[in-house]
Amino acid sequence: MTGTLLSIRGLTKAYPGVVANDSVSFDIGAGEIHALLGENGAGKSTLVKMIYGLVKPDSGAMQMRGAAFAPPEPRAARAAGVAMVFQHFSLFDALDVSENIALGMEDPPPLRDLAARIRTVSEEYGLPLDPYRTVGGLSAGERQRVEIIRCLLQDPKLLIMDEPTSVLTPQEVGILFETLNKLRDEGTSILYISHKLEEIRTLCDTATILRLGKNVGTCDPRETTARQMAEMMVGSELQTPKGAGGTPGAVMLDVSGLSLPAPTKFGTALKNVHLRLHAGEVLGIGGVAGNGQDELLAALSGEIRASRDAIRLKGQDIGHLGPTARRQRGLLAAPEERLGHAAAPDMSLTENALLTGAVREGLTTNGFLRWGKARDFAETIIKTFDVRTPGPDNAARSLSGGNLQKFVIGREVLQRPEVLVVNQPTWGVDASAAAAIRQALLDLAGNGTAVLVISQDLDELMEVADHFAALNEGRLSDTRHTGDLTIEEIGLMMGGAHDGMEVAHVQA
Amino acid sequence: MDLSSITPALLLASLMVAATPILLAGIGELVVERAGVLNLGVEGMMITGAIFGFAATIETGSPLVGFAAAAAGGALLSLLFALLTQIALANQVASGLALTLFGLGLSSLLGQDYVGLKPTPTPSFNIPLLSDIPFLGHVLFSHDLMVYFGLGLVAAVWALLKYSRAGLILRAVGENHDAAHALGYKVVRIRILAIMFGGACAGLGGSYISLIRVPQWTEGMTSGAGWIALALVVFASWKPGRVLLGAWLFGGVTVLQLNLQAAGLAIPVEYLSMSPYLITILVLVIMSADKSRAPASLGRIFHASG
Repeated sequence: MTGTLLSIRGLTKAYPGVVANDSVSFDIGAGEIHALLGENGAGKSTLVKMIYGLVKPDSGAMQMRGAAFAPPEPRAARAAGVAMVFQHFSLFDALDVSENIALGMEDPPPLRDLAARIRTVSEEYGLPLDPYRTVGGLSAGERQRVEIIRCLLQDPKLLIMDEPTSVLTPQEVGILFETLNKLRDEGTSILYISHKLEEIRTLCDTATILRLGKNVGTCDPRETTARQMAEMMVGSELQTPKGAGGTPGAVMLDVSGLSLPAPTKFGTALKNVHLRLHAGEVLGIGGVAGNGQDELLAALSGEIRASRDAIRLKGQDIGHLGPTARRQRGLLAAPEERLGHAAAPDMSLTENALLTGAVREGLTTNGFLRWGKARDFAETIIKTFDVRTPGPDNAARSLSGGNLQKFVIGREVLQRPEVLVVNQPTWGVDASAAAAIRQALLDLAGNGTAVLVISQDLDELMEVADHFAALNEGRLSDTRHTGDLTIEEIGLMMGGAHDGMEVAHVQA
Repeated sequence: MDLSSITPALLLASLMVAATPILLAGIGELVVERAGVLNLGVEGMMITGAIFGFAATIETGSPLVGFAAAAAGGALLSLLFALLTQIALANQVASGLALTLFGLGLSSLLGQDYVGLKPTPTPSFNIPLLSDIPFLGHVLFSHDLMVYFGLGLVAAVWALLKYSRAGLILRAVGENHDAAHALGYKVVRIRILAIMFGGACAGLGGSYISLIRVPQWTEGMTSGAGWIALALVVFASWKPGRVLLGAWLFGGVTVLQLNLQAAGLAIPVEYLSMSPYLITILVLVIMSADKSRAPASLGRIFHASG
């Protein structure tokens, strides 16, 4: 580390009703990997957008290598050597890799020369990539490579990475970290934003923690425990979810030989899926996004019908039934996408409570809605799950991600399911809300419900699940006891037992 | 019935002329839609261009000034749409429909004093030597300048979209406006420019009808050409080459059915009149069954966040 690259002094940015950043100051050293930590809404992305020139600060100043730095637009930031890998990738599905990369560069060479450079750089950093493939058909890991290579081609001094590992397998994370360490050795500084504390402890040199827009401390993550950092983020002690540790009971859900064609062009076909779920058990299903998670949830919830005997609930064939009939029989589901799938964005919380609760909570009579009862149900969810909202008349869209997630999970949990299937229950949710949701799932299992958790967050699955299986290209691995598994074994299961990053290419 | 009165050379030559209005309007709308904006006001912009061009030609005596005025008129009207949808974030479908109704009304108001007048004829532009080639010379090389301008424009748009950086940025904006914004491209500015280009093209297409095809002014004289241009863009899968093909097909069937009517074919006139619309859409529907798809941000409202 030789001196300071970027120094941030008193940056403040207020939006109507909320101060996103409140005089934040810290330094990023040259050639260091600097972690930026914080819960959802702590102001990390606003801060990063100010560095990248997308948002102008209300007050405060930045200095790059001692010179004033106030980029009016991303172009200026890029010219000054700042590059950014976005959390929700800023890629164009219909364009190919080289076109996508050209769009992120100031002065791109002709596409043919660029393609050659992409090949060189991608091999140099161990991130193989075909410049002529269309981005729409790439896996999440490959899409991230496109973004990283786009940045690397501009020789950045500061590389900003927003939650880069949330979509990667453990092996892909390993490769990414090697690349980042190589960059650091070459003198590039990296600002690394993540929720995942263990990752930060292995990778980063310094960590700055934000809470409610303020810098609440800088620490050396190698000398601080993950728990201490989490408590700095949350500002209070963290509850670790505890399982009831009951013994699994009878088989509740029995899926055998479930095969379905891909529902959409970019979807995944399910291939001969077998699983058994017992009362009181939590089964975790891991895998990299796009390997059949959404399709499995849809097949279990009844959105996609399967053959009659492929799915059995308590010994009854239900494969041919739709979602409402399955709900009646006690099989409930909460899909991944909060806005638009689990909840209707522009409808109120009461209306959203009605949408899935009508059957089991008796919120209708003879086809007419019982508004009073529906409202009570919504209020119960809000109270039980600590959903922060002015009231049940607010539109689902107005809630923050974490609060809406608590609402959609709570809505199912409170309907006394016998089998509950959830996909990504804590995706994009901060640590304390995630802990509350996980606790609710464990409590449910403790009371004898069979719970199936589909998630890409392995730490989460290890925390809540008794058994683990992985989805790869629409195939489900054998179920294993979580206690006996190592991270390497999980990685192999997720990769379909091939090794490492090349899996996607081999099977594509 | 006397089919011998139909000469192939004349038929093909008038096909090129009949295709030009929807070709111009279609290629403009294609650029607008590739930028992610759905402007249903093509018909309104065409008829506005028709009267602007007609009036300017009558007043100045110069068709060239007329065409320039038509392009300006179309662009001006489209600017209204741009303000509504890009600045005020109004719904694009409703704004586009309103634009058509507004354009039709505005043109008949402006055109009241011009009914029954004859514009200065636009000179035909015979390309020396080439136009002397038998058959081909007559079909391809002895038209007015606007026909060649239309063809040149299609080629230019095709090359621009495929090979230039500006074209890449335009496609990127239409594909994913949030990502384009995050990379620092000026989504709203690019879209407003695209909308104005589309307006100018539609205006030119309209004035081609009032100055060359029909040469006179009547209310509502574009008679649905704008809607055909819109359909053309969709069924051409947003590809310039196919817009050209579709326009020629439409123009060809239009001319052919007129000739057949004149020759006294024993099919009711109504069926013949509807045939260009039916055949064009049928052929393009079959062609668009491949995998190409609409720009992903088409018709979505862009709201810059932070």
